[in-house]
Amino acid sequence: MDNLVEVKDIYFKRGETLIYEDVSVQVPRGKVTAIMGPSGCGKTTLLRLIGGQLKPQRGSIRFADYEITELGRSQLFEARKRMSMLFQSGALFSDLTVFENVAFPLREHTDLPANIIATVVKMKLEAVGLRGAGSLFPQELSGGMARRAALARSIALDPELIMYDEPFAGQDPISMGMLVKLIRSLNSTLGLTSIVVSHDIHEVMSIADHVVILANKTVVGQGSPEELKRTGNDLVQQFLNGEPDGPVPFHYAASKYENDLLAGGHGK
Amino acid sequence: MKFFINIGHNALNTLRGIGAASIMLFQALVGKPQPRKMFPLLIRQLYVVGVQSMLIILISGLFIGMVLGLQGYTILVDFGAEQALGPMVALSLLRELGPVVTALLFAGRAGSALTAEIGLMRATEQLSSLEMMAVDPLRRVVAPRFWAGFISMPLLALMFSAIGIYGGFLVGVEWLGVDDGAFWSVMQASVEWKNDIFNGVIKSLVFAIVVTWIALYKGYTAAPTSPGISAATTQTVVYSSLAVLGLDFILTAVMFG
Repeated sequence: MDNLVEVKDIYFKRGETLIYEDVSVQVPRGKVTAIMGPSGCGKTTLLRLIGGQLKPQRGSIRFADYEITELGRSQLFEARKRMSMLFQSGALFSDLTVFENVAFPLREHTDLPANIIATVVKMKLEAVGLRGAGSLFPQELSGGMARRAALARSIALDPELIMYDEPFAGQDPISMGMLVKLIRSLNSTLGLTSIVVSHDIHEVMSIADHVVILANKTVVGQGSPEELKRTGNDLVQQFLNGEPDGPVPFHYAASKYENDLLAGGHGK
Repeated sequence: MKFFINIGHNALNTLRGIGAASIMLFQALVGKPQPRKMFPLLIRQLYVVGVQSMLIILISGLFIGMVLGLQGYTILVDFGAEQALGPMVALSLLRELGPVVTALLFAGRAGSALTAEIGLMRATEQLSSLEMMAVDPLRRVVAPRFWAGFISMPLLALMFSAIGIYGGFLVGVEWLGVDDGAFWSVMQASVEWKNDIFNGVIKSLVFAIVVTWIALYKGYTAAPTSPGISAATTQTVVYSSLAVLGLDFILTAVMFG
């Protein structure tokens, strides 16, 4: 299978905290790859590593023809023109209208005349259903609309890869449904490769072709949704079924309960 | 022993901070110029950083000039030297108060706003999203703000001095009765273009670099949380005020010492 992104044996430490140990992830071209895992396991970090905003201490990250870990600043900017990221907050520029936000990458990276830029922006806004909202400012949008506007901006330059950071977090069921549909349909109509970081299992499993589950600083399962449901280990099963106790314990590590209670004293 | 370890640790951290800040400024300012993209951004920042600071600068300048006129008069009149009020007001403003007070007000008004704005852009992932759109936030966000500070501060300082001199004139001449002709002619005779005006402008340029640089660096590296941004804003005002006062002494010693 042809992979657009290949993360190989990376080791990443932030400050003193070890985030990844020998993590390898393949992202097949033209597919929707989901990255799931418990909160705090570094899913977003993986996206930032692929985008080159963070550098791993060891290992390799390939995107298209680039070895991201070895790129200098200007080459990294070249590579980023071919990828795009939808941030959790949307990260729209608050001083620009929705239309100007979507036009921003076009104005920055192309010399297209104003009327063509306007046409492209309208097409992108139409794709996310916000053509009528072009003149609004980000603070006038609902959370779901802001995310869709940001999505229009991320596809403005027709990237090859689009990374979604928790696209469903904090969305109501209607916006969630819209985003699920958009992610899937954009992927097929624009021939994109998508990476979706999320822990909304049902939504993600319904659109993903390939699923990677991260936990305990490494990859605990990788494959198609059916494969994982069938063959995943205990941890994968606990995660997919949302069981409160299992390999990831309900209780934070502590000394023996009875000893703790009998020891008396205050607090601690 | 622990005391020495702490000193060493703090010194290393300070040096690391200065190094990182220098790299940030270097990457923001050095590179292929893109005048067509940069110019509108610069104009916008000149408005925000410069024009919007004008009112506070003008009002403060007027009051400081008036106080100078009043204080100067009460001291000079004892020696029958009230004709020297003009040069006294003008020289204190052009050499010291203009550049220094402007820089302090600028740090409080524009510097803190720059830090908070950039810190919030960091917190709301706007800077990261620029990076991911292959737009360098240093060139796009930091550079125009830096140049806006660099250009507007000396102009603001000159306006401060000018309106301060007018304030001194109002109190000294209009109110306390110093001779009009003496006030202006003695001032004209004793203020030198190079020594006083030019040196004052150099001072403001130095302060402009320091204050804007601190504000931008603190914003750019602020922790993306509310306490982080609030701490960064405070640090901007404190560090730039101290830096301005310290540098003012050094510059004065070099220029007029």
